[in-house]
Amino acid sequence: MKINEKLDIKNILKDLDKYEPRRRGWTWRVPVKDLEMAGNHYSDASMPLKNSVPLPAAKYFDNIDPQPIQVITSEIASGRFEDDIRRMRMAAWHGADHLMVIRTAGQSHMDGLIEGTPQGVGGVAITRKQVRAQRKALDIIEDEVGRPINYHSYVSGVAGPDIAVMFAEEGVNGAHQDPQYNILYRNINMIRSFVDAAESKHIMAWGDILQIDGAHNANATAMIAWKVMPELMVQHAINSLFSVKAGIKKSNIALSTVPPTAVPAPDLKINLPYAKALRDFFSEYKMRAQMNTKYMESSTREATVTHVLNMMISKLTSADIQSTITPDEGRNVPWHMYNVEACDTAKQALIGMDGLLEMVQLKEDGFLPAKVRELKERAILFFEELLLSGGYFQAVEDGFFIDSGIYPERNGDGISRKINGGVAANSVYERDEDYFAPVTAHFGYNNKAQYGLKEDECPSVLINGSTFEDRSKIVYIDELDETDNVNVRMNETKKYRETNLIKPEVEWLGDGTVVIDLTLPTSIKYAEAAAVEIAKKMNLSEPEVIHREVLQAAEATRIQVKGKITFDIDLDTLVLPEEPDLLSDQEIRDYVDKNSLTIVAGTVGEDEHSVGLREIIDIKHGGIEKYGIECIYLGTSVPLSKLVDAAIEANADAILMSTIISHDDIHYKNMKKIHELAVEKGVRDKFIIIAGGTQVTPELAKKQGVDAGFGRGTKGLHVASFIVKQKELMNEN
Amino acid sequence: MDKHNTRTDDFEKRRKHLIKLSDEELKQKFWDLADQATEPLIILAKKNTSPAIERSVLLRMGFSSLEANDLVKLVINHNLIRKGAGHVVYRYSQLKNKSIRESGIDLINNLGWDEVMSSFGVSL
Repeated sequence: MKINEKLDIKNILKDLDKYEPRRRGWTWRVPVKDLEMAGNHYSDASMPLKNSVPLPAAKYFDNIDPQPIQVITSEIASGRFEDDIRRMRMAAWHGADHLMVIRTAGQSHMDGLIEGTPQGVGGVAITRKQVRAQRKALDIIEDEVGRPINYHSYVSGVAGPDIAVMFAEEGVNGAHQDPQYNILYRNINMIRSFVDAAESKHIMAWGDILQIDGAHNANATAMIAWKVMPELMVQHAINSLFSVKAGIKKSNIALSTVPPTAVPAPDLKINLPYAKALRDFFSEYKMRAQMNTKYMESSTREATVTHVLNMMISKLTSADIQSTITPDEGRNVPWHMYNVEACDTAKQALIGMDGLLEMVQLKEDGFLPAKVRELKERAILFFEELLLSGGYFQAVEDGFFIDSGIYPERNGDGISRKINGGVAANSVYERDEDYFAPVTAHFGYNNKAQYGLKEDECPSVLINGSTFEDRSKIVYIDELDETDNVNVRMNETKKYRETNLIKPEVEWLGDGTVVIDLTLPTSIKYAEAAAVEIAKKMNLSEPEVIHREVLQAAEATRIQVKGKITFDIDLDTLVLPEEPDLLSDQEIRDYVDKNSLTIVAGTVGEDEHSVGLREIIDIKHGGIEKYGIECIYLGTSVPLSKLVDAAIEANADAILMSTIISHDDIHYKNMKKIHELAVEKGVRDKFIIIAGGTQVTPELAKKQGVDAGFGRGTKGLHVASFIVKQKELMNEN
Repeated sequence: MDKHNTRTDDFEKRRKHLIKLSDEELKQKFWDLADQATEPLIILAKKNTSPAIERSVLLRMGFSSLEANDLVKLVINHNLIRKGAGHVVYRYSQLKNKSIRESGIDLINNLGWDEVMSSFGVSL
């Protein structure tokens, strides 16, 4: 796989009937003790990647991309798994190594496996073909980035055991499994849910699949989210201990825990004691730190800050897996770039807080331990009353759960389910004495003795091995629906897959969606209506306001509006700016040795930016000093005339002016001025004048009269090459 | 709102028996209670089966999801689910000396149910 080539989705879909997963089970990151990168020392970092996209500021740090110790989750499920594969590659390059696929709406109530590749709604139809395709793609992607990637989906609903078998067979690495989720949020019968769950968990144990529970949903559902904290601990305990009893090792059981509240509440004062109480009680289990979704609105900025605070709690306590919620989840099914942003936010925050607990520690007296203790006691009291009421089932029927009182306070608004009610009620059967199942990883009573097997013998020997021993027995179904499958969808977007036509996209290839960000000098009501009109006049179809923010009730409103563009761009018709023709380091050195070169440089105008120009000049950044060019640096906010005078005085060969501020095109105006000044003083043909800055477009710079303009991403080599070539040209003339 | 299930916060009154416990004892108590709450659930799971569990057994025996679905429905209709759907297929294969897959397909095609039922001593 070449990094500048697109994934070949067609090839990934080929021969899936023969695909075999390369491994089973979950993989953690490999910690590196005292990692050193570009002179920085990291305390809690893991093995760096072979290929990745570092954070933007990394360019000032030799492009290092230190990776936190936590596994980082990205949830990717747009409804079209074939496009999600491409997003998985993007997320992996930005540091995700746990890719979670949300199921399509309604899959929980499907009594059996779905086959083929129907399009999903709000998620993906999880099928054997889809799982194989994505796992196969992840094999390629993990080789490319150089770190194993865990693939994850859900073992829940009324077909939990079916899905668990398929996941174990297909090498799925992690899964949500929590019968309480079925009961409380999917209204699936509680007896059926627990009976199925034990089988599912036992199968997951065989597959070494890491389990994540569903308790965090209580927080997202409850009317007053933070008040469910005592109950959350009870839910975690029920699923965790039930899982241990069903055969899963504790190191493969992860609690899905969310900081329950968000700003404007005093975030840490509520969330930190809870996080600490939970980790005290569940010290033997793993923590999957989820981010708060309950209070997400359409502001991606607000969500990002909440999530960074959430990660501070992860760092102050612990997190084995740091989940990420995309900052756009409050307004739509996540888009590509927000998965990437969320991964970057996690990486940036976690690496930023590297070694935090070497410098600060949680207090052992005062507010924090008192709150921790209180929450623990409240959870115990909840358990006591649950048992008194007659046990878990009765407690659910009595509406104990998702009540928005902080237990023992009760608000009477809990979710109540009938013990014998719900989807698939009365579908559990007691096993007879001669009950038997001739397979591996079957939970519960199994009368093997009637067929002469000993206690420790696996019943699947009677059928010469189950699919867990002999993969060739798995029956692979390709497609069942001729009109709703990946081939039909890929055909519809064929021109974007097989030609050089492109369209912008946010979730699916060729979706055409763009967002315009508008600040409108009017009230919110008018601003919304105006924004839609503007989008229409810009020829966007299906315009829709996705974010609104009052800057001041009368003065201005910020609106983000999305819409679709209806045209394609043909890459073959585009004229690209010429690639700079660069000399080798040696060629430049040879020229400077023979001819010697002097430049004067400075940031012009009222502009205090110095970093960019220092990068071009300084030897330690690979700047032009390293070729032996003499550099006279005049600093920042240098008047144009001073620059020209200094060049005259030093008999310089070139003037390097840096201009970062671009307000009102001041950068171009200054270029024009310096050119004119040099002409006035009769020295224009003596000097090469070069302008550089992040907002500089080379063509526009030249139009102002300077010899060259250099924009974002320029290196010393580019500038030195230009000067040497220009000098040679001048000498020829 | 269910008025019967409302209660003001009486934490201070209820917690009296917990005040003296050390943090370690508190943790122990929490897990003892969790054990008591989950024990009946795991026993229930050991003793019972469901259509999904039986389908998962058939999947592991080498049947497709569609075949497993058909077979479990037939097993329930023939009052044999308490024996185990995989058991039914296995028993048929023993009776007829056929492979597991051939046996399952026969049963899906409604062959041999009487024999299997009588071998288990089950009637409709």
